[in-house]
Amino acid sequence: MKKFKGKGVYGGVAIGKLRVINRTGVEVRRIRIDDIQAEKKRLENARLEAAKQLEEIYSKALVSVGEANARIFEIHLMMLEDEDYNESIENIIETQWTNAEYAVAVTSDNFAQMFSSMDDSYMQARASDVKDISNRIIECLNPDEKSEESLTEKVIICADDLAPSETVSLDKDNVLAFVTANGSSNSHTAILARNMNIPAIIGLGEEFLAEISDGMTAVVDGMAGELIIEPDTDTMTKMQLRQSEEADKRELLQRLRGKENVTLDGTRIKLYANIGSADNVGAVLLNDAEGIGLFRSEFIYLENDDFPTEEQQFSVYKKVLESMAGKKVIIRTLDIGADKQAPYFNLRREENPALGLRAVRLCLKRPDIFKTQLRALYRASAFGNLGIMFPMITGKPELERILAICSEVEKELQSEGIQISRKIEKGIMIETPAAAVISDMLAPMVDFFSVGTNDLIQYTLACDRQNADVEDYCDSHHEAVLRLIKFAADNAHSSGKWIGICGELAADTQLTERFLQMGIDELSVSPHFVLPLREKIRSIRLK
Amino acid sequence: MKTLEFTINDKLGIHARPAGMLVKKAKEFQSEIIIQKDDKSVNATKLMALMGMNIKHGEKVTVTVNGADEEAAAAAIEKFFADNL
Repeated sequence: MKKFKGKGVYGGVAIGKLRVINRTGVEVRRIRIDDIQAEKKRLENARLEAAKQLEEIYSKALVSVGEANARIFEIHLMMLEDEDYNESIENIIETQWTNAEYAVAVTSDNFAQMFSSMDDSYMQARASDVKDISNRIIECLNPDEKSEESLTEKVIICADDLAPSETVSLDKDNVLAFVTANGSSNSHTAILARNMNIPAIIGLGEEFLAEISDGMTAVVDGMAGELIIEPDTDTMTKMQLRQSEEADKRELLQRLRGKENVTLDGTRIKLYANIGSADNVGAVLLNDAEGIGLFRSEFIYLENDDFPTEEQQFSVYKKVLESMAGKKVIIRTLDIGADKQAPYFNLRREENPALGLRAVRLCLKRPDIFKTQLRALYRASAFGNLGIMFPMITGKPELERILAICSEVEKELQSEGIQISRKIEKGIMIETPAAAVISDMLAPMVDFFSVGTNDLIQYTLACDRQNADVEDYCDSHHEAVLRLIKFAADNAHSSGKWIGICGELAADTQLTERFLQMGIDELSVSPHFVLPLREKIRSIRLK
Repeated sequence: MKTLEFTINDKLGIHARPAGMLVKKAKEFQSEIIIQKDDKSVNATKLMALMGMNIKHGEKVTVTVNGADEEAAAAAIEKFFADNL
């Protein structure tokens, strides 16, 4: 067993036999020619053939990797027609009486050199594009010696480096993974591998090529960027297990991504995701959630040594809104109390923090903190589809005060000439029995409700979720809890408002049917629960 | 002759894709379109030379358009930079 470390550009595990692609290809020798015109004609024919091949690759790439990624081949075609590049090749043939292959190789080196000497890694990676088109012309000059790789079984492709056109030309169904000695994560090959969903590792170093040969068994761990050659039994078993777990996940993804959240009788429900940091947005999109139903803003406070500034918060909210590209993003305002606080808050120790100064209660006591967050949220609203949600509501008076502060902030920003969205939805968490019981009074004041089941359960059933001694009393399916949710749902709908559930209970598939019957409009769950829940919803018949 | 000035807003600068699109656009006109940055200049129909200028985010370029259809060409270039760069 031997391990090599590189840079993983696309995650996933692949296990199989290695196939080494030798790219020395056609060796270019300098040959003196007598007929310049004939040589230029040969060049012209080869260039036309190369252009034809690139057009074919472009059409193939359009299908396999999409238009945005296929564009590189359009650029290749344009490079092939570039005046300076072609003048240089013809000049060399004319002035040095050399064969076209040599003239192309020299020109290729010169232009590649220009790119690789630039001080920008993106442009440096373009050197490989020049070499790619040049090699293609050289191959077209010698059609008989063409080294097209044909794959007849599933293999792990190993190479010094891969040109984008080679990556796309390989029979995708027979490629388990790409591993290369060189290459950059900026290269199109890396980008294409990601889009083809094929595990890939680059930059394994030249020495790995010396250690491998065709037919060796290997494991590619794209996530860790590790290539394991001739793995021992333990490693093999471990990696096979991971591979099958990944396959299950992928299968679910492929089957359910892009599908609607609709029951067999046509009842629809929105499926959003809960996140606790801006880094989770990738998982939200990967799992195909329709939006973010709960973005816990606490992390911005907890990972800071002092109160986060308006600018700091604004940039996080803006990033999430932009990444979600117009999909709903509901951000919950600060939900912190004596049991969960950052030291700089200096909150007094409380006998009973669950019933103490927390969430909006704290925000109303310290309006400076609250206003900073609201300003950041309102400013970010211009960059997407924002909803703002207030936790720990028990009555009308605090909600009135909150909404008054919101209007104040809104007016402030308008007078400063700062653009804000006109359709920010404002909602409240239903997580206290009080809020559920007076939900008819609260509904007209807001745009939506979102049920926080974790707190609703512990406040309704008077039992601490962390206390193992009362675990039996903490029945999440308790009729009292479900009736409160139903009651709030009816009141929301009477006022023409929508209601979602964002607590852990939302992901409980034993209750999905019940929630659908209540007419719950939205469920928001951890990203990895989205697709299993979608599967459940699609299996239910209500009528 | 028309002279235009632009600041590059695209984060990657004039990278391969917009360079390719700019070349295509420039080839639609008879006029000679020259892109200039500091003391270097290139013809906008030459892709590799244009990429070789390594024009980055925030940098200023001067574009001169000279020829029979320079009015139309300058307007098209103006729009191109506004939309793509």
